[in-house]
Amino acid sequence: MKIYLQLICTFFKLGLFSFGGGYAMIPLIEKEIESHGWMTATEFSNIIAIAEMTPGPIAVNSATFVGYKTAGILGGIIATIGVALPSLLLILLVSQIFFKYQDHPVNKMIFYGIRPVIVGLITTATVFVGKTAFFHWEVSLAGIKDLFGFLNFSSIAICIISFIGMLRFKIHPILMIGISAVLGVVSMYLF
Amino acid sequence: MEGGRAFYAQIIMTEEVSFKKLKEIFFIFLKLGAFTFGGGYAMIPLIEEEVVHKRKWIKEEEVIDVFAVAESIPGAIAINSSTFIGYKIAGRKGAIAANIGVILPSVFIITLIASVFGRFQDNPIIQAALLGVRSCVVALIGVAAFSLSKKALRDKLTVLLWLITVLCILIMDLHPIFMIISGGLIGLLVMKIMPDKVEEIIKGRGDNE
Repeated sequence: MKIYLQLICTFFKLGLFSFGGGYAMIPLIEKEIESHGWMTATEFSNIIAIAEMTPGPIAVNSATFVGYKTAGILGGIIATIGVALPSLLLILLVSQIFFKYQDHPVNKMIFYGIRPVIVGLITTATVFVGKTAFFHWEVSLAGIKDLFGFLNFSSIAICIISFIGMLRFKIHPILMIGISAVLGVVSMYLF
Repeated sequence: MEGGRAFYAQIIMTEEVSFKKLKEIFFIFLKLGAFTFGGGYAMIPLIEEEVVHKRKWIKEEEVIDVFAVAESIPGAIAINSSTFIGYKIAGRKGAIAANIGVILPSVFIITLIASVFGRFQDNPIIQAALLGVRSCVVALIGVAAFSLSKKALRDKLTVLLWLITVLCILIMDLHPIFMIISGGLIGLLVMKIMPDKVEEIIKGRGDNE
């Protein structure tokens, strides 16, 4: 019983105090795990690797995983509720205010300034994810020898195909994810 | 002001929302949760497809505002944005339906992986497939940036703000929340020093629809 209470309190706190989305939450989760002695650093880094690979918000994935590893299926569910609950409560609170003043000129001007920032954040997210997808990390660890050995051309090709496929040919994003997975496997056998 | 009141009334009305609609919201966000790789932003093209174009529940430009709010409060962006859209569509119950819907696939998939597959991530075929997916995620986020830029970057000032944001984050590694607050303040500053532009900006939003 005590472990469930610890899990829900810990992950509620994480959900409530982490700005900047799931990735920003990872170091905080690590700190909590350390202080509770729930698992080793290697176990944790394995969990993050899997949480990144599987679909769904990374905050939820890692919460479910840590909860499961510490206290079984119920632990996973409880940790997840803990991490998602602050979002629900805060959104319920914020939306009431947001919709009340939505059409107010002051609010419209604030969002006039915020919108380009959000597009900027998404643009930089493209760069950050691109960095992890387009470079061979084994090579990058050894240092940059030559650009051609460094770049992962099949990844770049899949990215361009996906971009054109969705924007120009209106391929459904889910279908495009499936096609990309197949292309990834095909390119492994080709190159 | 009139429009604001009408919209608020609409929100109150949608509190009495049908079970059928809640079920639809739940299943759409279930789908979003199951196919969102790589965080909240990669979800945007899927939201545009399912919620904006197919069902016309929210407008394209509202998607940016949803993510502005999702970024400004703590928590995972994917959960915040889903919950907020749920609220926009069907009030409080809609928010709960979307919130549960988007997290449920994760709980299921992770529990399955943690209990059944020990080290599936070491399989080379799965690694190759995931690299393909990750490359697609770059495109998904790129598509999101591209389609949202058409709505958000409408004049020289907004293009400049976009550029400054990108440079500040890439070069100086500034925290997103700092950029968001600055953006909002600049919006207010424009209102203060160029009051005659305000009407044009607010109206321009309507013309673009």
